[in-house]
Amino acid sequence: MFKDITLGQYYQTDSILHRLDPRVKLVGTLVYIICLFVVDTFVGYFVCAAFLFAMIFLSNVPLGFIVRGMKGILILLLITMSFNLFLTPGEEIARLAFLKITREGLVFSIKMGFRLSLLVIGSSLMTLTTTPNQLTDAIESLLNPMKRFRVPVHEIAMMMSIALRFIPILMEETDKIMKAQIARGADFESRNLIKKMKSLVPLLVPLFISAFRRANDLAMAMEARCYHGGEGRTKMKPLIYKGRDRAAYFLLLAFFVVCLILRLVRLPFLS
Amino acid sequence: MGIKLENVSFVYEQGTAMETAALREVSLDIPDNQFIGLIGHTGSGKSTLVQLLNGLIRPTSGRVLYNGEDIFGEKYDRKALRAKVGLVFQYPEHQLFEVDVLSDVMFGPRNLGLDEKTCKKRAIDALENVGLSEDYYKTSPFDLSGGQKRRVAIAGVIAMHPHILILDEPTAGLDPRGRDEILGLISDMKKKFEMTIILVSHSMDDVARYVERIIVMGNGRKMFDDTPMEVFRHYTELEELGLSAPQIIYIMNELQRNGLDVPTDVLTVEEAAGEILKKYD
Repeated sequence: MFKDITLGQYYQTDSILHRLDPRVKLVGTLVYIICLFVVDTFVGYFVCAAFLFAMIFLSNVPLGFIVRGMKGILILLLITMSFNLFLTPGEEIARLAFLKITREGLVFSIKMGFRLSLLVIGSSLMTLTTTPNQLTDAIESLLNPMKRFRVPVHEIAMMMSIALRFIPILMEETDKIMKAQIARGADFESRNLIKKMKSLVPLLVPLFISAFRRANDLAMAMEARCYHGGEGRTKMKPLIYKGRDRAAYFLLLAFFVVCLILRLVRLPFLS
Repeated sequence: MGIKLENVSFVYEQGTAMETAALREVSLDIPDNQFIGLIGHTGSGKSTLVQLLNGLIRPTSGRVLYNGEDIFGEKYDRKALRAKVGLVFQYPEHQLFEVDVLSDVMFGPRNLGLDEKTCKKRAIDALENVGLSEDYYKTSPFDLSGGQKRRVAIAGVIAMHPHILILDEPTAGLDPRGRDEILGLISDMKKKFEMTIILVSHSMDDVARYVERIIVMGNGRKMFDDTPMEVFRHYTELEELGLSAPQIIYIMNELQRNGLDVPTDVLTVEEAAGEILKKYD
């Protein structure tokens, strides 16, 4: 039942993007998002899209797999686009009963659509090529300077990785309990809202109990291995920058500069 | 009549890099009133197979027939099917949720749309069959011991009066005594209700004593499907599948190889002891 959610999911394969240091990918995604808001012309969006598709090509993740994950945000996208389409003031070009479409609105909503889709695809590409554990390692390493201000960086990272680790476990558990209750005749497909809510009780009660049981076991296991926080803790796979990571940073910088130029320099034939 | 599988295959995560075939071209015939052991190593496809039998998952290809009807046919009532083909999952005690034991067992019958009185009667009967006395009816299921919880969960499926009862590893995580109790209980129910029981396990010792037919799964394929005696004759091949025959088969084979003329076609320790003693009469 959760097969269609690809947002925030890891896609197991080997590629240059998968092997890249997670810090590069995290910073890269942030830079990419900033760039999407820096550029404001169709040429700019085209450059961003080209960059993104080059990355998708390098990542070895099938395009169809990524597009399928977009289904979830389709409704959000449509709502945002139609708001912009109908509610932007300006020169009227068409009229649909009491709704009027303006030239400015049309251009703006198309741009908004581009921006949102590129944003979602870009950030899901990061999670598709980076395991949650690598990601929290990257966050811990990037936030390390904050330790000086008494921010519990290690604890935050540990909580994040545990929370992320539990998602697939709880999903599997949900699936299992659901099947067990369906086998006992439970009906999770009722259209009636009250019936639907009632039918969740046989699912949620066992799920909560199992979550607590697992949390208990985990705490016990951590204690048994003398876990005492981040102080003096070493890593099995420490993050070390390699040549390709430096090259990637350079590429990112170049991309950012291109986006800045596109914003600042108004070439007459582009606008 | 029973259940029939025709060339059933099942593939997980089709179309991605994680694609794995759990079942390959399995055909099976499960008649009424038979005690069957379904054996396989972890990942052999046995859990997938049992979920197909009551329509919880849809085969990638092939057909599943119950009493001659395709259970994935367009108009087929799968909810009614699930009352006929009861499935007790692994660690079934994890599905308990009600405030007391009796209402948890009544959950299944209630979903069948039966009236309150019938539900209650069925629940009480089912609890009696699994050996839980009236003292427990009003206890919270979460206050029971592991073995008792499991019995409540099994009662929850029995109360739906299935014609075919499938139990996925019903003895997992129980101590030897709890294991013998549960298996004895299942065997008694088989005799009492004359239903088909499919016992899923990875341990031959568990099932050898009770079942009349063993189906061995390996790598998603049906490897053997015969009486326990015939299946155990292939004990060297079973080892290649990560399984083993009951220990007593090994002992008898070893005795024979070392010159003591005993038959190797025994299933239980008691039978073997009898055969050996015969040699010294």
